[in-house]
Amino acid sequence: MADRSPAPDTPELRERWGAFEFTESSRERADKAIARYPEGRQRSAVMPLLDLAQRQVGEETDTQGWLPLPVIEYVADYLDMPVIRVLEVASFYFMYNMKPVGKYHVQVCGTTPCMLRGSDGLFETCKKRGMSKGHVSEDGLWTLTEVECMGNCATAPMVQINDDNYEDLTPARLDEILDELAAGKQPKTGTQIAGKRTSEPEGGPTTLKEMVDANHDYRKEW
Amino acid sequence: MPKVTVDGQEIDVPDGATVLQACELAGKEIPRFCYHERLSIAGNCRMCLVEVKPGPPKPQASCALPATEGQEIRTDSQMVKTAREGVMEFLLINHPLDCPICDQGGECDLQDQSIAYGRGATRYEENKRAVTEKYMGPLIKTVMTRCIHCTRCVRFSEEIAGVDEIGAVGRGEDMQITTYLEQAAEHELSANVIDLCPVGALTSRPYAFEARPWELKKTLSIDVSDAVGANIRLDSRGREVMRALPRINDDVNEEWISDKARYQVDGLSKRRLDKVFMRKRGKLQPASWDEAFKAIAKAKPGKDIAAIAGDMVDCETMFAAKALLKACGSKLIEGRQTGMDYDVSNLAAVNFNSTFAGIEAADAILIVGSHIRWEAALVNVRIRKAVKRGAKVFVVGPYWDTTYPAEFLGEDLSVLGKLPKEVAEAFKGAERPAIIMGGAALARGALGAGLAFAEKFKLVRDGWKGFNVLHFSAARMGGLMLGFAQKGGMKDIVKAKPKVVVSLGADEMDFEPFADALKVYIGHHGDKGAHAADIVLPGASYAEKDGTYVNTEGRVQFAEKAVFAPGDAREDWTILRALADALGVNVGFDSFAQLQGAMIAEVPALGEEGLADYGAFPKADAKAKAEGTISAYPIRDFYLTNPIARASSVMQQCSSELLGGGELAEAAE
Repeated sequence: MADRSPAPDTPELRERWGAFEFTESSRERADKAIARYPEGRQRSAVMPLLDLAQRQVGEETDTQGWLPLPVIEYVADYLDMPVIRVLEVASFYFMYNMKPVGKYHVQVCGTTPCMLRGSDGLFETCKKRGMSKGHVSEDGLWTLTEVECMGNCATAPMVQINDDNYEDLTPARLDEILDELAAGKQPKTGTQIAGKRTSEPEGGPTTLKEMVDANHDYRKEW
Repeated sequence: MPKVTVDGQEIDVPDGATVLQACELAGKEIPRFCYHERLSIAGNCRMCLVEVKPGPPKPQASCALPATEGQEIRTDSQMVKTAREGVMEFLLINHPLDCPICDQGGECDLQDQSIAYGRGATRYEENKRAVTEKYMGPLIKTVMTRCIHCTRCVRFSEEIAGVDEIGAVGRGEDMQITTYLEQAAEHELSANVIDLCPVGALTSRPYAFEARPWELKKTLSIDVSDAVGANIRLDSRGREVMRALPRINDDVNEEWISDKARYQVDGLSKRRLDKVFMRKRGKLQPASWDEAFKAIAKAKPGKDIAAIAGDMVDCETMFAAKALLKACGSKLIEGRQTGMDYDVSNLAAVNFNSTFAGIEAADAILIVGSHIRWEAALVNVRIRKAVKRGAKVFVVGPYWDTTYPAEFLGEDLSVLGKLPKEVAEAFKGAERPAIIMGGAALARGALGAGLAFAEKFKLVRDGWKGFNVLHFSAARMGGLMLGFAQKGGMKDIVKAKPKVVVSLGADEMDFEPFADALKVYIGHHGDKGAHAADIVLPGASYAEKDGTYVNTEGRVQFAEKAVFAPGDAREDWTILRALADALGVNVGFDSFAQLQGAMIAEVPALGEEGLADYGAFPKADAKAKAEGTISAYPIRDFYLTNPIARASSVMQQCSSELLGGGELAEAAE
């Protein structure tokens, strides 16, 4: 399991992030998130606000973003809630990065379905490029994390990189994606099998074939 | 009232009760870790599993399940037994087997319940999880590997103390209880989490490795660090008080005590007066009792003798002093050391009439000149409850962190006479309005204005008494009942120019005006009073004598003697009795029982435990006006308000570390 302890509270961290403030557009979106909840319940907006803050940090550092302690304190202050409560939320959800990450946060699913479909090979591919779990690669481009099930078992194995999923992977396909990302291009997201649209079976339906065109009542056939 | 069946026994339970409460009503013991009567329900330890029909065919967490009509609950079935064993096994997976070196040993819920409900042996062979220690301040020692994540401490600090500082960071196996950046827990009730912790994760730092619970003698006592009169239990070994723990009393302290009440006890063995001292050539020298009594007799006080009661003395001591002075022909007795001179002709006007439990029901509260968190931390807990029920709180005085929403109306006392419109409306519309006058308000002479306020808004009405005075000296109400008050306060005593001034542990008074008098200090700590005295007679602290105390509600309570006073120190009443012989007068009692009898004969209310009846509430002088501003509260340092606390190294450390009274000793870089 990934290390969820916050980055140490150092003077350098305070100096870099102490003056953090939402930009105009973040503030607008933050206030919109807060407005979704009744008066006095603004704390409920803590998750969208942390996400906004993380994205803003990401823009400033040209990475996927993370949550330094001063930023967490800023969010707590913004919502007028105790900072420990914000830290509880931030450290609970894996989507919030507690440590700096690279430009691309490569989250490889290692749960059983993906593992059976070859996620070990994907880790190998990543490692060959100099990534190691929980660390930012030397060129600042990659951070590798092993994550638990992301709900794409039908198209296993899968990898989530920043906001996009890449499914039906093989080591070669992942290599291509990483190459494209490194070159600054946006690879095709979703399934990587040509001709497949989403999570439908490869080469046409294998079960429930009568259902393809119209609804079909199978009950009589049981 | 739903009717449920618990193990075949049919009972009616109150509406809104949980299955766990229903089982308790039926007399069944349900093991639990996270559930606590005074905290919200969490349902995360799973120890309270029972079988409930109708419902899914699996054990259910009884603490979080409402009892409904016709439920059949079983606490003795095989399913329940296996479920408890299973939960206990899970809890013990990551719990270290370090009971022999754990301070909770012998009073540990996990230990007791694993004996009662666990399997006989372990099947676990893997590695255990280890968690780093967290710093939580000078009072709380943490061994977080022992934590079972019940979150009682988190809920206590959020719900009762109102200071969100403990939280559960991380998730699953990595979840850890911590304060933000491991800062010290900074409030007056922080150490209560030690009692709440069902395991040895949060233990008492000053008491670490001191004693085992079965070695300790338990004595029922009353806390004297403030005027709340919290019910405590003093645990002593030999001649030393090892610790103070709260007793449950829903009317007074519920289940909590302040950190000062809990941790000042180490001061009981420091800076003690254990010998008689006399001032010879300007210096206090050890002397004998005989010498001292002769010296006092030589001063020939006649009727020029005065007695000043300190903040922590019991009623018996005060009565003995009063009897002695009466025998000498003097009435110069006073307990309000700092010179307050409010009117005490009717004690109902200087009493906390709502009662602590009652103030929870108030719907509008005006606090005048009281830093309640410091003057009576447990009353602030009650007011917090009232606010949660929708009460509005207004404060006159400098800002302090209330832990609940409160509106500060400025420092000018004249606001009492001309309230802002919305405040006046809040009080007009309130069903149970209340005012709380603190020491700072009394000192500025605002009592009359407070009474006028009470009359204007009808604070005292049918079934509701909303006029409250909050004292912070444990001896105050008892002293006032015994007549320890002059019309002009200390000024009257000074004017009378007594030849002998007997100070009964009075450390906050000004000895300067009594430069010509013989100053006799009867007390237990070498503090300001002893420094100023000519003769020091070593007395007993609250832990070393039986005594009656009256809290600020007028609640009479009795404390028992836990240990013997050190060295030559004697119980105060015996000193006063011997002094009577030295002065050649007769006080009319030779034993503690006789003394108590005489006291009760004079003030019958002191003989009955419980609320004293002070009679009808007085009519206010409508013209009374308050003037002046409250620029500061009388308590400057919560942790150092009395001689015992000032002698306590734990309290000194708290003061410097938590209130920043002194810089932390840090190694030079």
